[in-house]
Amino acid sequence: MSKTMTKLDQIEAQSIFIFREAYREFKSLAMLWSIGKDSTVLLWLARKAFFGHVPFPLVHIDTSYKIPEMITYRDKLAREWKLNMVYGQNKAALEAKQTFPDGAIDRISCCKALKTEALKHTLAGDWPRYRLNHDSGEYEIDKNTEPYTGVIVGARADEEGSRSKERYFSPRDRNNDWDVGDQPPELWNQFKTDFAPGTHVRIHPLLDWTELNIWEYIDREEIPITGLYFDRGEGKRYRSLGCMPCTSPIDSTAKNVKEVIEELRSGKLKNIAERSGREQDKEDGGGLETLRVDGYM
Amino acid sequence: MTEREQMNVVIVGHVDHGKSTLIGRMLADTHSLPDGKLEQVKAQCARNAKPFEYAFLLDALKDEQSQGITIDTARCFFKSDKRDYIIIDAPGHIEFLKNMVTGAARAEAAMLLIDAKEGIRENSKRHGYMMSFLGIRNITVCVNKMDLVDYSQDVFNDIKERYTAFLKEINLTPRHIIPVSAREGDNIVSLSKKMPWYDGLSALEAFDDFEKAPPRIEKALRFPIQDIYKFTQQGDDRRIFSGRIETGELAVGDEVVFLPSNKHSKVTTVEGFNLPAQQSSFAGQSTGVTLETQIYVKPGEIMCLANQKKPHVSTKFRANLFWMGKQPFVKGKNYKLKLSSQQVPVVLSELVSVLDASELSSIGNKPQVDRHDVAECVLETLKPVAFDEVTTVSETGRFVIVDNYEITGGGIILAPVFDQTSALKTKIKARDHNWQRSEISCSLRSKAYSHNAAFVMITGAKNTGKIALAKALEKKLFEAKKLTYFMGISNDLLATEFGTSDKTLNRVQHIQQLGEIAHVMADAGMILIASISDVDSYELRMLRDLTQPHQTIVVHVGENQFDDEQVDITLPESAATDDAAQTIADHLQKVLLPAPEYSI
Repeated sequence: MSKTMTKLDQIEAQSIFIFREAYREFKSLAMLWSIGKDSTVLLWLARKAFFGHVPFPLVHIDTSYKIPEMITYRDKLAREWKLNMVYGQNKAALEAKQTFPDGAIDRISCCKALKTEALKHTLAGDWPRYRLNHDSGEYEIDKNTEPYTGVIVGARADEEGSRSKERYFSPRDRNNDWDVGDQPPELWNQFKTDFAPGTHVRIHPLLDWTELNIWEYIDREEIPITGLYFDRGEGKRYRSLGCMPCTSPIDSTAKNVKEVIEELRSGKLKNIAERSGREQDKEDGGGLETLRVDGYM
Repeated sequence: MTEREQMNVVIVGHVDHGKSTLIGRMLADTHSLPDGKLEQVKAQCARNAKPFEYAFLLDALKDEQSQGITIDTARCFFKSDKRDYIIIDAPGHIEFLKNMVTGAARAEAAMLLIDAKEGIRENSKRHGYMMSFLGIRNITVCVNKMDLVDYSQDVFNDIKERYTAFLKEINLTPRHIIPVSAREGDNIVSLSKKMPWYDGLSALEAFDDFEKAPPRIEKALRFPIQDIYKFTQQGDDRRIFSGRIETGELAVGDEVVFLPSNKHSKVTTVEGFNLPAQQSSFAGQSTGVTLETQIYVKPGEIMCLANQKKPHVSTKFRANLFWMGKQPFVKGKNYKLKLSSQQVPVVLSELVSVLDASELSSIGNKPQVDRHDVAECVLETLKPVAFDEVTTVSETGRFVIVDNYEITGGGIILAPVFDQTSALKTKIKARDHNWQRSEISCSLRSKAYSHNAAFVMITGAKNTGKIALAKALEKKLFEAKKLTYFMGISNDLLATEFGTSDKTLNRVQHIQQLGEIAHVMADAGMILIASISDVDSYELRMLRDLTQPHQTIVVHVGENQFDDEQVDITLPESAATDDAAQTIADHLQKVLLPAPEYSI
């Protein structure tokens, strides 16, 4: 056996190390699973770290506008891998039709309501959490309303400017706010694992991964991801998944993982930012950062 | 496909000496920016009626642009023909030293910038010193803004000479010193005609000239255990010792020893998920192993090979430390030490010297380490830790210190210290010295109550019926007319008093408080009974020391993990409470009989 590590081996080892630090240090730990490729790789890495198990709940924020195939795929994997699956939702905004697709508000405000607010309250446990009952196959209101103090998230440094400044362990204050100007030091793989009551820590095992790494790893590990990422005969595929009204596919004929990797390596997508199909990013010159300071992922 | 090499390089230097500009320029000139990015930023500048600067490419954050300085470490990527780089842009402002350290600690090499016009500044030196501190020996210096000094060779040579001399003092030799102008693009990717007197490497070539560190496999095994997993509920009975191998390698069949506990076993399997069966694992891998024997080891211990050189085990070591905390680092306060995966309470035992890192001069006789100071000191942990000198195995030779939830200090270990004094013993000595005693001596009390005083401590795993046993014992002793008391104060109750949620510090506070209470009660002639879960042998020793001169009698319920001399009575978990209490009472009857002839 060769005793050298490839780039993928190295970032995989670091991600696993971070997962295990998180699991040891945070009593109330959860992982956000957006169903997209990054957080599905994240889920796979959790299984790597814990030898096939995922010993914490997976939280999905369901805006109700997600592409339906995403939800089918979520529940299929949740059953197969026996995941502790939980979702949260801004029921009030949906019922009052206070959303962008209803024409009531703009895109950024809609993201804030359906994602940021729903996330904040689901993490805090003051809005209902719906948990998959593996016996009945249905979602039920979760009895556990304890706030999650450690939240594992699949953010990558190369995605977008503000994310390049993240820490592996990134504290959020009582209001979920991220103080970019005063972040904890991280050195020699010692992270911020101590936190004051009322605050929580976001954990980013994928920080060092690039979009290409994600696809190469999906290929190497044969991770099952949703078919939305591939062209199914229409010359279009999704590069980044979100809500239907605000996400559009890109022109591409990549039909499988290998072809997506080829497309990324060839530089065909070089001119197009990864989140270019995500309309909310374009709204005020710093859409994603505005959202992130408030707790958006 | 052979894989391209990758390297993390940090850019450091005094504030405003052009770090972000250099990176922006490198990205632009190596065509590493996404298409359109340059135009987008230029357009944004035009809209705001300000001149375009390459630094804006990096300053992705709004509040950063408004202040005009890099406040945090940003990462970006660029490629040369030779390898891929992750560039870490570290802030130069002193206020953001902790961010600089964060960036630099991830780096394999550093590029240090000095402004040709401003010359060597405080942080030029401090950052050089921090590089040496952080163990980064791969350094190239760029003397930037050469355009502002008319590309003068004299200016360059003067800075080169003085800075080389400074680096020599801290044992660093730069690979190259390059005159550049990041703004004008001189000597960045190729040599500029404006400095014909310079014939060294361009900045980009100097990147490619950095050397990768040798693999860590050849060193002795250091496998810090992050956690021990057993997912029984999921139908998995493997007991997996997990972590990342820092140095060396291990294989199935290897004899291993855990430190600091010194427990031995043998590797049975190397575990993994979605991997073919493995026989071995090596440095850099996050892995897990199962062992031949069911030994009791806590997370934090370092697994080593029995036939290799082992780390030191001690409660004291000499270290160099830099401090980032708003509150100073002081004596007489408990901090938390994180060293590899070990976490233990630590105190500042001795302050050897405090150094001004920009001048490398000692700052008088300071009683404390202030923010941004660098100090040499002796640290004492409340339990033994396993470590190496940083020069031998850097991965297990460095640590951080946590104060009030925050990482506030970082340090490197110079040498272990072995001596007999400890902070706890000193504290007990002072306590006993200041204790005002009455004419009623211990032996008088023993005679009056017909038994000696003692602290009976019932230990064992959680949920083994310890409290029921303690209560039953109290009842028996009370009915036999002994002066006794069961102290049923829970761990949580004690912990909340300290107002901290830090498990490590709470635990030691709890133990110390329990020991002090035991001492007072025993001094009053009483047989105090208390129960505590999962106590380890160091904590046992601490409790015994605090209770002295009175006896501590240790009753262990369940499978015994201690050495024989540490436990007085071992009871099976299955024993009926009443029988168990009777066994203890009989034992106490024997050992607590007051001496008839002489007094203690």
